[in-house]
Amino acid sequence: MAGTQKVTLAKALNMGLRKAMEDDPKVLLMGEDVGKLGGVFRITDGLQKDFGEDRVIDSPLAESGIVGTAVGMALRGYKPVVEIQFDGFVYPAYDQIVCQVAKMCFRSQGQTPLPMVIRIPFGGGIGAVEHHSESPEAQFAHTPGLKVVACSNPVDGYWMIQQAIGAPDPVIFLEPKRQYHADKAELDESATPDPLFRSRVVRQGGDVTVLAYGPTVKTALKAAEAAAGEGRSLEVIDLRTLSPLDMAPVFDSVRRTGRAVVTHEAHVNLGMGAELSARITEECFYSLEAPVLRVGGFDTPYPPSRIEEDYLPDLDRVLDAVDRTLDF
Amino acid sequence: MTQPGFGPDLAEVFGPAHQDGGPELVQLLSPEGERVEHPEFSFGDELSDDQRAETVRGFYRDMVLTRRIDVEATALQRHGELGIWAQLLGQEAAQVGAGRALRPQDYVFPTYREHGVAWCKGVDPLKLLGLFRGVDQGGWDPRENNFGLYTIVIGAQTLHATGYAMGMQRDGIVGTGDPERDAAVIAHFGDGASSQGDVNEAFIFAASYNAPVVFFCQNNQWAISEPIERQSRIPLYQRALGFGFPGIRVDGNDVLATYAVTRAALQRARDGQGPTFIEAYTYRMGAHTTTDDPTRYRLSDDVERWKLKDPIARVEAYLKRNAMAEQAFFDDLAAEADDLGARLREGCKALPDPQPLSMFDHVYAEQTDELVAQRDGFAAYLDSFEGAH
Repeated sequence: MAGTQKVTLAKALNMGLRKAMEDDPKVLLMGEDVGKLGGVFRITDGLQKDFGEDRVIDSPLAESGIVGTAVGMALRGYKPVVEIQFDGFVYPAYDQIVCQVAKMCFRSQGQTPLPMVIRIPFGGGIGAVEHHSESPEAQFAHTPGLKVVACSNPVDGYWMIQQAIGAPDPVIFLEPKRQYHADKAELDESATPDPLFRSRVVRQGGDVTVLAYGPTVKTALKAAEAAAGEGRSLEVIDLRTLSPLDMAPVFDSVRRTGRAVVTHEAHVNLGMGAELSARITEECFYSLEAPVLRVGGFDTPYPPSRIEEDYLPDLDRVLDAVDRTLDF
Repeated sequence: MTQPGFGPDLAEVFGPAHQDGGPELVQLLSPEGERVEHPEFSFGDELSDDQRAETVRGFYRDMVLTRRIDVEATALQRHGELGIWAQLLGQEAAQVGAGRALRPQDYVFPTYREHGVAWCKGVDPLKLLGLFRGVDQGGWDPRENNFGLYTIVIGAQTLHATGYAMGMQRDGIVGTGDPERDAAVIAHFGDGASSQGDVNEAFIFAASYNAPVVFFCQNNQWAISEPIERQSRIPLYQRALGFGFPGIRVDGNDVLATYAVTRAALQRARDGQGPTFIEAYTYRMGAHTTTDDPTRYRLSDDVERWKLKDPIARVEAYLKRNAMAEQAFFDDLAAEADDLGARLREGCKALPDPQPLSMFDHVYAEQTDELVAQRDGFAAYLDSFEGAH
């Protein structure tokens, strides 16, 4: 059995991709600069060297072309894992994803399902110029036929990328780029991972349920830590899967706490929080002590980086919402 | 080798790949600083000797100051004053030649690397720094200098340029014969962008409507880590023919040639003869941006070879060899560059951070009540911290 090692999210994803490629010769990687450079975030570092240019493909600079040709390769029996270099550059491929990738299984009445993974580094907080800090998850979660997941930590990154590659449906795989090189975690490659499409309680508490995914999981955990110092007990759930949503742990939690706060970097308006709030209201109406509150990016374009920390939900804004739901 | 029914082999049509741009490259000033004659393009024939010398000195000044902007901005990024910077080192001639070929009524659609064109169009370089510092997303008024905002999504601006040119057509300022009035658009993009659907669609639209637009592609050989061979198997300029308009390859490190060719292409467009594709054959001497590390994917031999083709050194040699500039000119220019550098250093550090609430401004031309409520809520939230720390 392999031992454990401390790895960053970037390293864990790299290891997960490597493992998936070792396990299945049909797995291919494609994207801009993923080869020799190893991707601008180095997630595919060293993979072209070890697996060759036929399996780690530096693509022309054209996102629609990347996703569209990946569809063809998937139809041919390959399992393409494509990298969109930054969230804001996915839109040239949006037509291919929404009209082609998402509908292939349905149109063919299940004859040609389309197992492929579209990796997207998402979210802000890295001081970038525009189009490099977007959170487009709701646009994909809104699209039937796509599955959408977001990892929040190295261990999940390692397992979830392999599970997404193994899934029979197309998966939009969101990676919180701010976390790539931030924290290390102990990874045990011999462990048994949770299933892919499951949310997870990452901190138990009894006063308020805080729902988060991707980059805001860390924010929510920090908020819970701070709240504990004031005698307030927050339960934090890492949603992990955005489509399908795994609501059972959420409903269990909200029935106990009676209060819920959702936090994501994406714009609040019609964001994941809206759907979560609706479902909680539908299922837990008589348990709720306060309306479900949402803490997210404002309904403005992502601002210049010098004020991005004002735009992004942070510990204080989560705690502010916690206060408001408790004071309701 | 001819394949039956499929016409000649590519190599027969386009010839073998040439490391240095090949014989089709329009060049008017050699890397050694010698004037070269070209059968179709010339520089300064209509000018007196003094005027010609003055024009070349002007190009030289533009290139030296453009490089200084680039060097200062790179240093400012290293010192943490900019979040990122897209370097243009090595591409000064392509940009200044194109920029100086423009008339005031012509309109520019840039990428995020057109600092030299911005300079020629009179955009204060300090305003360019704002975007890279993260205090704004383009702090200049595009209408003031007919210089559009930097576009970061690769190639998107080529369609905007085409549409803008179609607007000029409809305004009746194309092909009237009035040099003060007739106008054209120049769309800047790179070799990587040539793969994008938007760029290819721009070619289709421009050809279909005979739009007065010049597609100015700086082929700097690299799209981050990917060499030009990943984007095209034929010289890029040859693609234009398939879209139905002329393409031409010019020595992008030769300011006289880029000026002459761009001037002619812009005139074609203003005269109502439609689009032209210019491939300015050059080299990205620096990194893609300050976050990139080109040592991971390219050989230093290439960089050394291109150093010998430096766009500024060849003009300096030309000026000096032909006594077209006094030493005082070079001394004054060095001082001017130092002043510009100091102004950029001080000015950059003094650029104020935006107010947090400013993010709610200009989301719409007509503000919505919803967004006002959100802004007011955030303002009240921020006020709740007053005196708390």
